[in-house]
Amino acid sequence: MTVASEQTASEYIQHHLTFFQRGDGGFWTVNVDTLVVTIVAGLVTFGFMWLMTRKSTVGVPSKKQALVELALEFIDNQVKDIYQGPTKLIAPIALTTGFLVLMLNAMDWLPVDIMAGFYRNVFHIDHWRNTPTADVNTTFALALSVFALSIFYAIQFKGLGGWLHELISAPFGMKPWWAAILLIPANLAFQLVEYVSKPLSHSLRLFGNMYAGEIIFLLLGALAASSIVGAFAGAVLHFFWAVFHVLIVVLQAYIFMVLTVVYLSMAQEHH
Amino acid sequence: MNINLTLIMQAVAFAVFIWFSARFIWPYLMNQVAERQKMIADGIAAGEQGRQNLATAEKRVDELVAEARSKASEIVAQGEKQRSETVEHAKREAQAEADRIVAAAKAEIAQEVARAKEELRRQVSTLAVAGAGKILKREVDAGAHASMLREIEAQL
Repeated sequence: MTVASEQTASEYIQHHLTFFQRGDGGFWTVNVDTLVVTIVAGLVTFGFMWLMTRKSTVGVPSKKQALVELALEFIDNQVKDIYQGPTKLIAPIALTTGFLVLMLNAMDWLPVDIMAGFYRNVFHIDHWRNTPTADVNTTFALALSVFALSIFYAIQFKGLGGWLHELISAPFGMKPWWAAILLIPANLAFQLVEYVSKPLSHSLRLFGNMYAGEIIFLLLGALAASSIVGAFAGAVLHFFWAVFHVLIVVLQAYIFMVLTVVYLSMAQEHH
Repeated sequence: MNINLTLIMQAVAFAVFIWFSARFIWPYLMNQVAERQKMIADGIAAGEQGRQNLATAEKRVDELVAEARSKASEIVAQGEKQRSETVEHAKREAQAEADRIVAAAKAEIAQEVARAKEELRRQVSTLAVAGAGKILKREVDAGAHASMLREIEAQL
């Protein structure tokens, strides 16, 4: 808040949207905040799950164990609904994606200014962004990993030849032979659009939602700093937006997970 | 919105997390869940089995009770029969004993009667002799008339 009183609204927002970076400022830069929050959140989430598997019993489960089992069975059911193929790795991928994204999205619930104050006073860091999924690097990393996996599975299931054949033959086919000269480029163009749009929409949907959520929190923060009336309005609106954001955080994580499974299962289907 | 090295590092972190959950979390908990499902299924099956066993046992109990009941009534009937037989037997025995006693008594009476007759005969002869003696008012030689007396005795 002290920062906001000395700044204009745009400076305040700009300040909150600056990464804690190390590097040359070009491609060889690392957003330390994104990376650290991701790793810590992942360690906490999967460490907790791992701990539960260590201590778990077949008999009557403890509440924590039941929670983890509930989460896993939820994922398992979701995956079974969408994917019936033989790959055993799909379910753990869905588990990792779903809960990692959920945790990273949930970082958006942390109040921006209190966290900024915390980082400045405890760690003496001026710029720190809490929500890794509001960093396009994270969402692209996740989406491109899924993209790479889907191509890997496609080639694994159809063979390299089969996959390449599908690139030029689907969705219009290559018959009759005299039309092939027209159909092949059309097919290729369609496939290309499909392959590009999948990871783009996959990552940008999540990024857009989380980034917008963050911006709105910041705008309300700026409003709260503007005047007494603004402070009340900001507090009330902040509350409602936070409630709504609970939905967005969970929904976006769920959508991201389901799309991951859908893309991976589509990769194994024959056209 | 700038793409930088973070993307690659995030992808690596993501891959490591996938590996970790696929290696250490998923199989264990899925095993656990499968095992628990099996346990619950076993429990339900055992319950069903128990219910069936109970039904069988109840049927068997009913059979046993019915059997015991019929056996008991059979035993009672048999006892009844035996009792009446015993009574009958005792009656017959008693009758025979009574007959025997009566016969013995009759025999004794007959004997007694015979003996009394004998006695009477003897006394009558003595009385006759005494009477005759008195009638004759004379001494009668008992020795001389002994044979005559015996003759009279025999005729009585």
